[in-house]
Amino acid sequence: MGRRIRAIARKEALHIARDPRALAVVLVLPVLLLVIYGYAVNFDIKHLPLGVADFDRSRVSRELVEAFTRTEYFDLVATTTRLAEVREWLDRGQVRLALVIPEGFAAQVVTGRSATVQFLVDGADANTASIALGYAELLLRWQAEQLVQRALQRWGTTGRTQGCIIVEPRVLYNPELRSTNFIVPGLIAIFLAMLTTLLTALTIIREREQGTLERLIVSPLRPWELMVGKMIPYAFISLVNVFLVIIAGLQVFHVPFRGSLGLLLGLSGIFILGVLGLGLLFSILAPRGEVAVVLVVLTTVLPSLLLSGFVFPLPSMPKVLQGISLAVPARHFLVIVRGIFLKDLHLEVLWPQTLTLLIFAGLMLLLSARRFRKRL
Amino acid sequence: MYRLRYLMQKEFRQLRRSPEMLRLLFLAPVVQVIMFGYAATTDVKHVSLAVYDGDRSARSRELLTTLEKVGSFDLDLNVARPALLLTRLDRGQAQLTLEIPQGFARDLARGRPVTLQVLADGSDSNTATVALGYLLAAVQDFGARLRVHPPLLQSATRVWYNPELRSANFMVPGVIANILLIVTTSLTALAIVREREMGTLEQLLVTPIRPMELMLGKMLPFVFIGLIDILFILGVACFWFRIPLEGSLLLLFVMAGGFLLNTLGLGLFISTVSRTQQQALMTALFLLMPSILLSGFIFPIANMPRPMQLVSYGIAMRYFLEIIRGIFLKGNGLEVLWPQAIALMVLGILTLALSAAHFRKRIE
Repeated sequence: MGRRIRAIARKEALHIARDPRALAVVLVLPVLLLVIYGYAVNFDIKHLPLGVADFDRSRVSRELVEAFTRTEYFDLVATTTRLAEVREWLDRGQVRLALVIPEGFAAQVVTGRSATVQFLVDGADANTASIALGYAELLLRWQAEQLVQRALQRWGTTGRTQGCIIVEPRVLYNPELRSTNFIVPGLIAIFLAMLTTLLTALTIIREREQGTLERLIVSPLRPWELMVGKMIPYAFISLVNVFLVIIAGLQVFHVPFRGSLGLLLGLSGIFILGVLGLGLLFSILAPRGEVAVVLVVLTTVLPSLLLSGFVFPLPSMPKVLQGISLAVPARHFLVIVRGIFLKDLHLEVLWPQTLTLLIFAGLMLLLSARRFRKRL
Repeated sequence: MYRLRYLMQKEFRQLRRSPEMLRLLFLAPVVQVIMFGYAATTDVKHVSLAVYDGDRSARSRELLTTLEKVGSFDLDLNVARPALLLTRLDRGQAQLTLEIPQGFARDLARGRPVTLQVLADGSDSNTATVALGYLLAAVQDFGARLRVHPPLLQSATRVWYNPELRSANFMVPGVIANILLIVTTSLTALAIVREREMGTLEQLLVTPIRPMELMLGKMLPFVFIGLIDILFILGVACFWFRIPLEGSLLLLFVMAGGFLLNTLGLGLFISTVSRTQQQALMTALFLLMPSILLSGFIFPIANMPRPMQLVSYGIAMRYFLEIIRGIFLKGNGLEVLWPQAIALMVLGILTLALSAAHFRKRIE
């Protein structure tokens, strides 16, 4: 039994070794993608072009504008005193957020009345727009606090105030709120789900197209031995991939690694078995290569990207999609990877996810061996 | 000309004989539109907020009601001890925690400052930032109400082009570009490479078909499928997601034609450098993934570092996305979009001409 598995594994390894370009793509692509993703996948708003129409031209209004430009969130790219020009900026995409300060703004603030400014935002990119508005609102609130404090200093506390509430936020696990720390560990799960499934999706199809499948069928191999043997070399490549991505993540992006490397590699192994099995299953079910590829893209690549919580928060999605997301293995593995990287979690917290992945891997292996037998 | 027609007939016949593929070609846009339309949102809603209320007074309940009214928090009040707050964060059961100290109401009444402990799970940095902002704003409003002092600065916000800030309005038009890119590029490449792999390319070459006709015959069926996919997505966008099409449909199709020059050229190029279908697939993956990422389809180009922004100028999808979103959401015409249109056409003609020349050389 062990001998037969070894023979199949060796045969498959030889196939891989004889196609150096595919091997190179498989090993280089993750690191290349890591660099692109690590830098490109970013919702942190930085240097968003800001336009200002200041009709007040007072010290208070200038201070407010300064509060915006001091941060790295917004870059002041245009100022005007004509309202019509603001519309043109937005149409051309020259600015994404415009701040309009009405005349009499300072007068209202100084006399302690409430003053209103206007934000005009380009909503076409809804995601960026809502984050930018969140920041803008926060900056405005912050400036209001400053003004209140200054007024209190000037006039002294009246004693009429009912005390104040101080919020002391502490951010755990990722205190500087760097999105890289969130994205890069997640990429391990994404790459494994995407590339590994694609790797095995073509193996059985190739045997069938080249007519070598019959030879495997008449050999004394049992279906599950064939499946396991085919998986071993790919599992090995995938583990090397995980290792490369971890090293690149630590060296290039300086992501903290707080947990246990052994645990991460072990749990990655379980996940890899599951997704390899999924690829094999597609390879058995699909009649042709392109069909397998499109199937993998639709059922694995896209859900891993969109329905796993990789960048888009799951709780914000409609309930139906949240239900579907439970069937996406990358979702469970993401919790594990991020937990180990950022929170130093161990099995006593991660066991539900681990169990889910184990069941998934077993199911895939069972199903692919089953379906394969039926085709004999 | 009739040779071209026969060639296309053969391609369509091959497609028809693979009903699974045909089904997937029409299922793919639907699945993509639904996923990108509903899932690709960075809205922060239903943030799980675990609260330990050590005061249990009318005031503290009032604060909790204020937080609930924000509409972004799912409050979890069943925390028995303050120490359990951290456990909730560790297990991912809460993204934010709030501890209201004992004596909250008393201190507020006496005019002493009160401190609220807030812990945030920063691993999802974006959600954490936005959720913290919501929490701070809610507490500020609560404090302002108590002080009978109006909040000093207020904002009135107007959102243009997409007033409800629906992510679908941004994502769904982009899916048109994505589907066109994936379908036309990878399928053209695979179709040509398969002929080579099965040895039927030689058979085609000894017929009087000219290389130009061979290329066109391979590409046009996928152009046809791509255009049908566009109509399909447009239908879903307008009737299901109710995204208003502000601009000209004709301009959209003309520009899609320009984009197809690029994608077909790329597919042709991949076919010239690949011997097997698996190689073609890997090469396509290698070229398509970065171009989708850097085009601004999901992630804003403005947030990327300079070198990557420069690379994105060479990616046709970037221009097509700007055009299609401009037409869809802003109702832009050529008077605004002409720079992107020129870039798209120039890139397309270059890509296709170079690939065609390379393809010819390989054949001869």
